[in-house]
Amino acid sequence: MNILVFVETSEGKIRKTSLEAVAYAHAMGGTVTAIALGKADANELQSIGKYGATKVLHAVDSKLDQHVIQVYSSVLAKVMQDENADVLVLANSSLGTPVAAKVAIKTNASFASNVTELPNTSAGFVVKRSIYTGKAFANVELKNAKKIIAIRKNAAELKEVGGNAPVTNYNVSLNDADFNTKTLSSEKATGDILLPEAEIVVSGGRGMKGPEHWGIIENLAKALHAATGCSKPVSDMGWRPHHEHVGQTGVKVAPQLYIAVGISGAIQHLAGVNSSKCIVVINKDADAPFFKAADYGIVGDAFDVLPKLTEAVLAAK
Amino acid sequence: MKILVCISHVPDTTSKIAFVENNSKFDTTGVQFIIGPYDDYALARAIELKETMGATVTVLNVGTADSEPTIRKALAIGADDAIRVNAVPTDSLFVATQIAAHAKGYDLVLMGRESIDFNSGVVHAMVGEMLGIPSISPVMKLDIDGTKVKMTKEIEGGKEQVEANLPLVAGCQEPIAEWKIPNMRGIMSARTKPLNVVEPQSIEVSVVNKSFELPAPKGAVKMISADNVAELVTRLKTEAKVL
Repeated sequence: MNILVFVETSEGKIRKTSLEAVAYAHAMGGTVTAIALGKADANELQSIGKYGATKVLHAVDSKLDQHVIQVYSSVLAKVMQDENADVLVLANSSLGTPVAAKVAIKTNASFASNVTELPNTSAGFVVKRSIYTGKAFANVELKNAKKIIAIRKNAAELKEVGGNAPVTNYNVSLNDADFNTKTLSSEKATGDILLPEAEIVVSGGRGMKGPEHWGIIENLAKALHAATGCSKPVSDMGWRPHHEHVGQTGVKVAPQLYIAVGISGAIQHLAGVNSSKCIVVINKDADAPFFKAADYGIVGDAFDVLPKLTEAVLAAK
Repeated sequence: MKILVCISHVPDTTSKIAFVENNSKFDTTGVQFIIGPYDDYALARAIELKETMGATVTVLNVGTADSEPTIRKALAIGADDAIRVNAVPTDSLFVATQIAAHAKGYDLVLMGRESIDFNSGVVHAMVGEMLGIPSISPVMKLDIDGTKVKMTKEIEGGKEQVEANLPLVAGCQEPIAEWKIPNMRGIMSARTKPLNVVEPQSIEVSVVNKSFELPAPKGAVKMISADNVAELVTRLKTEAKVL
């Protein structure tokens, strides 16, 4: 089985979820080829081999740095053909998923997004995918000869299985018609840990009483090397930006540790966090429904508990 | 301008999810169905565009007769007419194929970034690909200037300003518009607006839902005293092994 993995880069660095995609492809068995499009650090490209790729392709063209979905899908469909790939694996992301959808149409591939586990090939090719915003799973069979799988964070364990892999330049011929959308500018939170990829997330809710109190959330997040999130009312009120809104209609997260502070635990919020490995709830209302979904709970005032918790985290380092 | 808004008919966000018939079918008992929340934003923006620049708004749903109250609600909110493709929406490719078959001739095709039942988040991209026009998602702001469309799109940890020409497909999310609630006049007029039922295009099935399952139940919460938060750190390190 020939497996192609699309690795996403951000500022030249390979994104962690893409390395998980490489590890996932390796665990599937078969030959794993990775491809990066646009600006990418040479050492980073070589190190993809550590996670199971035997060959790394790099398409260099400054026009690829804009992350135009149509362009990426045309290039990937061509690479799939050139490499005779049976399966394309990539990360479920704002770039990866729509790119995969277009490649699926171009190559007549069966496609599943939000995949959480390795395929079961004992009867057909069945993958498990998250549905109802993490409230359930569907086992879906991919029937076509070519298959595309967009994996969710933590679908594969990131462990080193090999050494550096050779990196080969892949020549692209870009079609002007594919540049039918233009990115005019982009604003990105700098220095922050991206919420969808974070191993630890500290989220605040209405119990924080106002944006001016977010410092104690940020202090704890900093001590834990965590990303910060928030509940829907908090982003609706403009206390925090929308891209920090965790929940059914916001960002779905799957960290090792999710700490919810002053969030009561509406079903829509739970839907966005129920894939977390461990959930800690801090709330002064002992009857907050979130405690039922938590692994650990503290009934207490955030303004009292959080500084003490930050201190304890720093002391334990 | 002609706008097509594609809506899904999905369980309310507070619904308890369960399956019946040996985990092969969603249990609809006691479940209230609504317009997909993201689709509701798409519809609201379409109605705003109709009010500010003049447009006709057609709503499309791929669904059985059970979807009709949801479609009528969209008409009550302000859509002019509706198309129901008479089929069970089995997978993204099937839904995208049905939409693409009706979307030619529209300047703007709006829908939610994803449905909240199957969460694939790919129908807009597939429709764009099938029609050979740009598709952008998730769009938080969308303004039209002649044939140019300026959009703000969310990316991981930030946003991008994007521009494309009509026609295009956009997958929408908040805060693109304020949700609209139908008023009595809208509800009355929705009863007589055209709702055309059409039969689906047949396509070869590429993805089959074999079975459904629920996540494993959680164990009981372990409570820790607010006076002893250091114990939490110890437990997260040694017991849960997440630090």
